[in-house]
Amino acid sequence: MAKANLNREPMAKQDPKTRGKNFNEVALGYSAEQAKAEASRCLQDPKHPCTDGCPVEIDIPGFIKAVLDDNMPEAVRILKDKNSLPGICGRVCPQETQCEQVCSLAKKGAPIAIGRLERYVADWERTNMGALNPGAEPPRPTGKQVAVVGAGPAGLVAAADLAKLGHSVTLFEALHVAGGVLMYGIPEFRLPKEIVQAEVAYVTSLGVKIELDSVVGKVVTLDELLESGYLAIFLGTGAGAPMFMNIPGENLNGIYSANEFLTRVNLMKAYQFPEYDTPVFVGRRVAVIGGGNVTMDSARCALRLGADEVYIIYRRSEVEMPARREEVENAKEEGIQFKLLTNPKRYIGNESGWVVGIECYEMGLGEPDESGRRRPIAKEGSEFIMDVDMVVAALGTRPNPLIAQTTSELKTTKWGTVVADETTGKTMKDKVWAGGDIVTGAATVISAMGAARRAARDIDEYLRS
Amino acid sequence: MFRIIYRETLATKIHLFKIEAPAIARKALAGQFVVIRIDERGERIPLTIADWDGKEGSVTVVFMEVGATTFRLALLKAGDFIADFVGPLGVPSHIDKFGTVVCVAGGVGVAPITPIARALKEKGNKITSILGARNKDLLFWEDKLRSVSHQLIVTTDDGTYGRKGVVTGPLKELLESGEKVDRVIAIGPSIMMKFCAQTTQPFGVKTIVSLNPIMVDGTGMCGCCRVSVGGVTKFTCVDGPDFDGHQVDWDLLLARQRIYLDEEKRSFEQWQAQMGKCS
Ligand SMILES: Cc1cc2nc3c(=O)[nH]c(=O)nc-3n(C[C@H](O)[C@H](O)[C@H](O)COP(=O)(O)OP(=O)(O)OC[C@H]3O[C@@H](n4cnc5c(N)ncnc54)[C@H](O)[C@@H]3O)c2cc1C
Ligand SMILES: Cc1cc2nc3c(=O)[nH]c(=O)nc-3n(C[C@H](O)[C@H](O)[C@H](O)COP(=O)(O)OP(=O)(O)OC[C@H]3O[C@@H](n4cnc5c(N)ncnc54)[C@H](O)[C@@H]3O)c2cc1C
Ligand code: SF4
Ligand code: FES
Repeated sequence: MAKANLNREPMAKQDPKTRGKNFNEVALGYSAEQAKAEASRCLQDPKHPCTDGCPVEIDIPGFIKAVLDDNMPEAVRILKDKNSLPGICGRVCPQETQCEQVCSLAKKGAPIAIGRLERYVADWERTNMGALNPGAEPPRPTGKQVAVVGAGPAGLVAAADLAKLGHSVTLFEALHVAGGVLMYGIPEFRLPKEIVQAEVAYVTSLGVKIELDSVVGKVVTLDELLESGYLAIFLGTGAGAPMFMNIPGENLNGIYSANEFLTRVNLMKAYQFPEYDTPVFVGRRVAVIGGGNVTMDSARCALRLGADEVYIIYRRSEVEMPARREEVENAKEEGIQFKLLTNPKRYIGNESGWVVGIECYEMGLGEPDESGRRRPIAKEGSEFIMDVDMVVAALGTRPNPLIAQTTSELKTTKWGTVVADETTGKTMKDKVWAGGDIVTGAATVISAMGAARRAARDIDEYLRS
Repeated sequence: MFRIIYRETLATKIHLFKIEAPAIARKALAGQFVVIRIDERGERIPLTIADWDGKEGSVTVVFMEVGATTFRLALLKAGDFIADFVGPLGVPSHIDKFGTVVCVAGGVGVAPITPIARALKEKGNKITSILGARNKDLLFWEDKLRSVSHQLIVTTDDGTYGRKGVVTGPLKELLESGEKVDRVIAIGPSIMMKFCAQTTQPFGVKTIVSLNPIMVDGTGMCGCCRVSVGGVTKFTCVDGPDFDGHQVDWDLLLARQRIYLDEEKRSFEQWQAQMGKCS
């Protein structure tokens, strides 16, 4: 066997100074030469550990070989066989804990850049094939009506899969656009909205009818949908309700939940105010509380909107940060400052009700907690004050209770997540399935898609039985 | 897209729109609201459902021109469309047989209070309404509110119509008159609701107010609308908009309503300049 090539092909990025001032995509993607160079490093290990590391089991060596062989339509076919949103996953999957973590070259510190190659193939498809569904014949209509609630990645995949199986699908979405977190949460510079909307267009091209502005639980309940002729329902309403710490001063002006800040900026396009009507306030010294992707996104948005200094305040240390590695690196390159092992105790306001400071604790790490990470413990007497004029609280989200409150028999856990069978997504309520963040709590795009795919298969079996 | 079926100007800078929205009209209840967005560039703003007609499939909103979005909305005509109209949102007002209920409406608040008074009257309550406006030109729906009340008192700040003064005057007199008042409902500008709550507090009469913080989604997703009630943070769009006025942290609400004063001014001036050019 030839000696393994350990030079991971780098992907071009916008220069940190320039990109800190614009909302254009940071990562620029591979050229054809780079993609082939990276693909040529693949050992084509017949045990394909990478495939097992991917939550939807993409034939990773297979699509990489097709890239190397210049057979792009085949690469597209292999990807789309398992993943209907490869352009999105290639950009946002935490590859370092999934496919790339178990790559045979990972032990040598140079796993194949699977995400970058996936992105390359998906982008090739978008520019060269349009939103084509490669090779699929239109299915024979079954005449059975299915409702899908929530147009995030879970809902879009469930709707697409069910439509491909010939069912008549209506997708209900509360907001004025489809895409869920991909539209309102993840910023343009990490996931261009045009790509998300191309995927939504693909879903409608399969015959899925999308009803926007429809808050299920308010304008119509699940029971009413079932009574009106839908034979099955898939719930993919995510975990969109923000949590706060319940510490003094949290409602001061200038303190946002990450959901509000990101929604104003991404969904309502406040970064183009006043061309777009929705305003957003951005301070000079900004603190973002948390350590996940949401935290990185909020901090990098604040920077791009003109903040002078942006701090990330996280109660554990860097190794425990749940954010994608690549985004932590990007944030550092852009000049975001990390205040680790630090946690807010209270917020300090001025006489007109605006935040002017945070009193913080220094933290130490104790024994591992339920999450397996070491538990952060406040050091008494370590309090210090940071001057800030804006705060974004990225403290996690939980499912919105609107639907559970208005539905009989739907069981939820004490965290508000819906109880559903792990493999089929079947809930405790007859004819209702669920998948994605609504079941797991805030997780990942690919796990939401995987759950939706399994539920769609089970719904199809149920409808045909 | 949602079609404007009918529009009417009710008073200076106050307009009524009837919107075709059959699904919402079927489910609407007194006290609920909608979130609207005019077009792709537009902001999402909440407006209370002032009336609805399940048969016609229409929902009526009444709004006052106060800034960019309401200014732009006022330029639309019957037959035009608005991009988004979402609802019915919020918890409906608590309707029960309380006994004697005083409904206090300030300014444009007469629109949201009218369906509540109607529902309460239908439940068998005795309704006394107090309707206040800054001056005669800003008064509307006097007849409509009278038709769902047993008694109606009208005030204007400058005395150009009805009693001279603000709504808390007659409210206090009613409470002092010895007549048993079981509940007060106050809807209008925050400052007016705050003073109504202060007026009723010494009498120990439960006072319900309908809060109007800034909102984005209106579905509990952003936390922009958070208020403090009895020391606990609530999201107005899903926990309200009706709350116990004696428990509300009014200073917090008033401060949070002022977050975007500079931006709102900029946006409004831009739109006025732009519209000025077209006409
Ligand atoms: C800022 C941010 C960054 C992230 N970054 C990453 C990343 O880099 N990589 C990654 O893998 N994951 C990331 N995630 C997590 C990922 O986005 C989610 O796990 C994923 O979107 C979950 O998909 P979903 O379909 O279950 O829910 P969502 O995407 O939340 O979609 C739910 C949809 O349902 C709608 N809805 C809710 N209630 C109702 C109702 N009552 N009626 C009708 N519709 C309703 C919502 O409006 C929404 O459109 C990020 C999340 C955020 C917030
Ligand atoms: C539940 C609820 C019901 C309401 N019902 C009515 C109604 O029936 N009729 C009516 O005339 N008004 C109503 N309002 C107030 C109305 O939403 C605001 O007047 C409107 O948003 C102003 O927008 P603008 O762009 O014209 O003005 P702006 O210049 O943007 O704002 C003027 C003031 O309105 C408030 N405001 C601004 N943006 C928002 C927003 N997105 N959400 C809420 N308030 C905002 C702020 O306090 C601001 O200072 C209601 C508000 C709430 C929360
Ligand atoms: S979908 Fe995610 S986990 Fe699977 S191969 Fe692509 S990047 Fe890796
Ligand atoms: S308006 Fe967003 S949570 Fe209430």
